[in-house]
Amino acid sequence: MSSRDRILGRVRRALADVTPDERPYEQAVPREYLREHGERSVEETVDLLAENLADYRAIVHRCATGELAALIGRLLAERGSKTVMVPAGLERGWLSGAEVEHIADLAESTPHELDRVASVVTACALAVAETGTIVLDGSPDQGRRRITLVPDHHICVVRVPDQVVSSVPQALERLDPTRPLTWISGPSATSDIELDRVEGVHGPRVLEVVLVSGEAEA
Amino acid sequence: MSGTYLGMPAFPEAAHEAVGNQTLRGNLRHATHTIRAKRAKAVAEVSDWALLREAGKRIKDHTLRHLDRYLVQLEESVTAAGGTVHWAADADEANRIVARLVKETGESEVVKVKSMATQEIGLNEALEAEGIRAYETDLAELIVQLGKDRPSHILVPAIHRNRGEIRDIFRKEMGEWGRPAPEGLSDTPAELAEAARLHLREKFLRAKVGISGANFMVAETGTLVVVESEGNGRMCLTLPETLISVVGIEKIVPTWRDLEVFLQTLPRSSTAERMNPYTSMWTGTTDSEAADGPRVFHLVLLDNGRTDTLADEVGRQALRCIRCSACLNVCPVYERAGGHAYGSVYPGPIGAILSPQLRGTASEIDASLPYASSLCGACYEVCPVAIDIPEVLVHLRERVVEGGPAVRQGNKVVLKPAKGHAAERAAMRAARWAFTHPGALRGGQRLASRTRRLHPRTLPGPGRAWSGSRDLPTLPAEPFRDWWQRTNGGKGGAK
Amino acid sequence: MRVALFLTCVNDTLYPDTGRAVVKLLTRLGVEVDFPMAQTCCGQAHYNTGYRHEAEPLARHFSDVFGEYEAIVTPSGSCGAMVRELYPRMGERARAEGRGDTLAATLAPVVPKTYELTEFLVDVLGVTDVGAYYPHQVTYHPTCHGLRGLGLGDRPRRLLQAVKGLELVELPGAEECCGFGGTFALKNSDVSAAMGVDKVRNAESTGAEVLCAADNSCLMHIGGTMTRLEVGMKPVHIAEILASTEEEPAV
Repeated sequence: MSSRDRILGRVRRALADVTPDERPYEQAVPREYLREHGERSVEETVDLLAENLADYRAIVHRCATGELAALIGRLLAERGSKTVMVPAGLERGWLSGAEVEHIADLAESTPHELDRVASVVTACALAVAETGTIVLDGSPDQGRRRITLVPDHHICVVRVPDQVVSSVPQALERLDPTRPLTWISGPSATSDIELDRVEGVHGPRVLEVVLVSGEAEA
Repeated sequence: MSGTYLGMPAFPEAAHEAVGNQTLRGNLRHATHTIRAKRAKAVAEVSDWALLREAGKRIKDHTLRHLDRYLVQLEESVTAAGGTVHWAADADEANRIVARLVKETGESEVVKVKSMATQEIGLNEALEAEGIRAYETDLAELIVQLGKDRPSHILVPAIHRNRGEIRDIFRKEMGEWGRPAPEGLSDTPAELAEAARLHLREKFLRAKVGISGANFMVAETGTLVVVESEGNGRMCLTLPETLISVVGIEKIVPTWRDLEVFLQTLPRSSTAERMNPYTSMWTGTTDSEAADGPRVFHLVLLDNGRTDTLADEVGRQALRCIRCSACLNVCPVYERAGGHAYGSVYPGPIGAILSPQLRGTASEIDASLPYASSLCGACYEVCPVAIDIPEVLVHLRERVVEGGPAVRQGNKVVLKPAKGHAAERAAMRAARWAFTHPGALRGGQRLASRTRRLHPRTLPGPGRAWSGSRDLPTLPAEPFRDWWQRTNGGKGGAK
Repeated sequence: MRVALFLTCVNDTLYPDTGRAVVKLLTRLGVEVDFPMAQTCCGQAHYNTGYRHEAEPLARHFSDVFGEYEAIVTPSGSCGAMVRELYPRMGERARAEGRGDTLAATLAPVVPKTYELTEFLVDVLGVTDVGAYYPHQVTYHPTCHGLRGLGLGDRPRRLLQAVKGLELVELPGAEECCGFGGTFALKNSDVSAAMGVDKVRNAESTGAEVLCAADNSCLMHIGGTMTRLEVGMKPVHIAEILASTEEEPAV
C-alpha cells in the first residue's frame, strides 16, 4: 500500500463519526465578521495606509504624478545609490529624474549579482490600509520576487486611491492566487531577541513607499 | 515524533530545575509579559475579533471533518501548478523523502525557513546523517543551532536566552559555521541582528535547495503560504532552484477566501502586529519565460500522528492550531517552567495537548504533560481558533489514568491505565465512596476536627508536595454541617 | 425566595466561617437559605484529575440532593463552574460512549439554576450594595474558574466597591492564576509554589491588609504561602466581607 493510500485510509477511519449529511462548506463557516473595520472616506483610507506604513517603519512619501520622477531621483540620490533594479514593465518616466545605472530584472541573473545592486524601484499590485501592507504580484512593473528582496533599498510606488483597499478581505478578493505574491508590511524585522522588535534583517532594510495621486502618465 | 527528546524526565522534574534558574525565570518573565501586553492591544484594535475567532475555528473544524477530500483536492491543485506531492506516514518516511530529493539535486547543503514540522521530525539530524548540512536561517533558530541548544518556544525558539547570552554564542560559534561575528560585537538587539544578516547572507546567495514548512495550504488553488518577519523565508523560498516544503496534513484550508480570516488573526496573535513584515504565497512553479523562484517544487504531506489525533473526537481540536504561540505567552506554567520542560518541539499549553496525542502517552514525559497545567484557562481565552485546551488536558488525563480506546499509527488499540497512579486511583475511589455516603463523610470530618490539635502544620511523605512551600490551614472546631444542625441553621441561638 | 446553599466539601470541612457568612448575608437580604444535609462534593477534583467516571456518581448525587430547589448558591467559582460547564460535558461524553441520554437528563435540571454567590447577588437579587461594613484596605484576586469559566466579570468588584469603609486596591497581575489548580498543587508543586509566591508578592506590593477572593481553595494556597513567607496579609473570602456589618463586624 502506498503512503498516500495509508494516510487517506487513516483519515477516513478517523472520521467515522462524520455523517454524510453534514453541512456543506458554504454553510459550515459563518462569515459575520467585517469586510472592513470602520467607515472612512477614500482620503481617510489613504491617510490610514500612510499612518500604518509609517508605524512599522516604512518611510512614506506623498506626491502628485508630475512630481514622481523628481522624488524618486531625490530618494535614490539621498541613499547614494548608483545602481537600480528596474522591472521590465516599470513606467519609463519614473526613473527619468535619476542619474543611476539601470539593471534589468533577468532570469539568468545570479543572487550574487543582485546583491551588488543598491536599490530597486517597483510598482505594486495593491496596498492594504488597515494593516499598512503593500502587495506585489510579480506583474511586469514589479518584477521577480527576488529583486525586491536582495537589494538593501526598496522604493515602492502605490497609485492612490485606486490601488488602496481598506482590509485584508478586500485585498484577497482583488489578488490572483496563481501569481507569486509577496505581502510587505514595513522593512524586515525580528523580535527574536527578548521579544524586542528590531527593524532590518534580511530583506531591504529601508522601505520607502511613495503614494502618488493623479492620473497615470500616458 | 523525533527521537531527540526520548528519555526526557517527566514534566515536574524538568520544571523543578527551571523554576530554580533565576536567569531563565527573568528572561521568560520579561519576554512573555512584553508580548502579552502587545497582543492584547493588537487584538483590541479589531472590533470583530470574536467573529473572526469563531470563523477560524469553523473553517478548521470543517476542513478536519472532510480532510480526505481536501487532501486529494490539494494534491490535484499542486500537481496541476507544476509541483510534486509526496506523502509521509511518519517522521522516518518524511526524512527519507527529503534526503533523497536533496541528493537528487547533487547538493550537500540546504537553507531552511523556520518550520515546526521539520523540527518535529528531526530533519536536520536525519540530513546530517546523510551528509547534508542544513542551515537554520531564522534568527532564533540560528541562535539555537549555533548554541547546540533546543528550541523552547514556537515563535521565538531562543526565548530562554537573553541578549548577553546570544552575543556570547555568536562570538564563539559563528566562525565554526561560516562568517564569524564582527569584531567587538555588542549585545544590542540591532547589532546582533546585523551579525546574523552578515553571517547568513553568503549562505542564502549560494543556496541551491531551500526547505520550508507552510502556515497554510489552499486546497482549491494549491497555494502555499509562509508568514514571517525577517526575510529569511523569502530568501529560502525564492533564491534556490529547488524548494521542498514539509507540511502537516492539518494545515489545509479549503478556499483562497479562508485566508482572509487567518491573515487577520495569526499576526495579531503571534507577533502582536497588524500584519507581519513578509508573507509569501506561491502556487506550484512559474513557467519558464516568467520564471520567478524555484523551478522545482516538492510538497511533502506529513501525517506523523496527526491521523491518530484526528481519530479522537475530543482531542482532534488540537489540529486547529495555527502555531501562533499566544497560549505559551499567557501561560503561567510556561512562564515558570520554560519550554524545555515540555520535552517536545511543541511547548506550552498547546504542546501539552499536542505531544501526548502525536506521540502517545506511553513515555514518562508524555504521560506527565496533561498535568502540566493549573487549568486556569488563559490559553483558551487567547486562542485564535478557540481550542479548548483545558478540556483536552482533562480528556488526556483521563486517558492516562483510565486508559481506554485510542488509535496509534492508524491502528485501534486499548490503552492500559498508566503506572504510577495506583495510590491516586485508590484515593479517588475512596473519596468517591465517602462523597456518595454523606454519613461516612460526616464521620471523617468529625474525627478530623476532634483530633485537630494533633495535626502538624507540615506533612511528611507525599504531603510534602503541599507543605514544602505552603502552610496547611488549621481545622475548625466543627464542620459547617454540625454547626448548621446544632443551631438549626443559625436560628437556634448558639453561635 | 428559598435557595439551597451548596457550600462545597472544602468549605464545609475547613471553612465553616464562610458558610456562616453566606447564611448571614443571604438571610439579611431576605433570602431563605436551606442547607441540604445530604450534600457532599460536586466531583470537580475527580473530573479534573482524569477520573470522570468516578465523578459521575457524585454529579448524580448532587442532582438528587439539589434538583428540587429553585436556585442553588455556592461560594466557590470553581465548583460553580463544575456544575454549569462540566456537568453538561459529562452528559455529552456519556452519550458519545454509547451510554445514552440518561446522565445528561439527570444532570440537566441543576445546571441552569446553580449560581456562584456574587452572580446570585448581582444577577438574581439585583443588588450591589448589600449593606456591608468592612473598614479595611482590600485587594481582590479574581480566581480563574470564576473569571474565565463562569465569566463573573466585575460583579465581585462592584460588590466590594459598595462596601462601606472598604478601600479597594488594584492587584498587579490580578488575572494571573495563583497556582493552586487542585491536584496541580501537588503534582507540579514547584511551579505551583512559584506561582503562589509571585501572587503573594504582587498582593504584598499593594499595601492592602486583606487579599479577598471568591474561592477558598485558592485562598488556602495563597494564605498558606503568605504565612510561610511571613507576609502579614490576611486571606478572606468575599462572603465574609459582604456579611460583615457595623453591628456585627467580621473579626
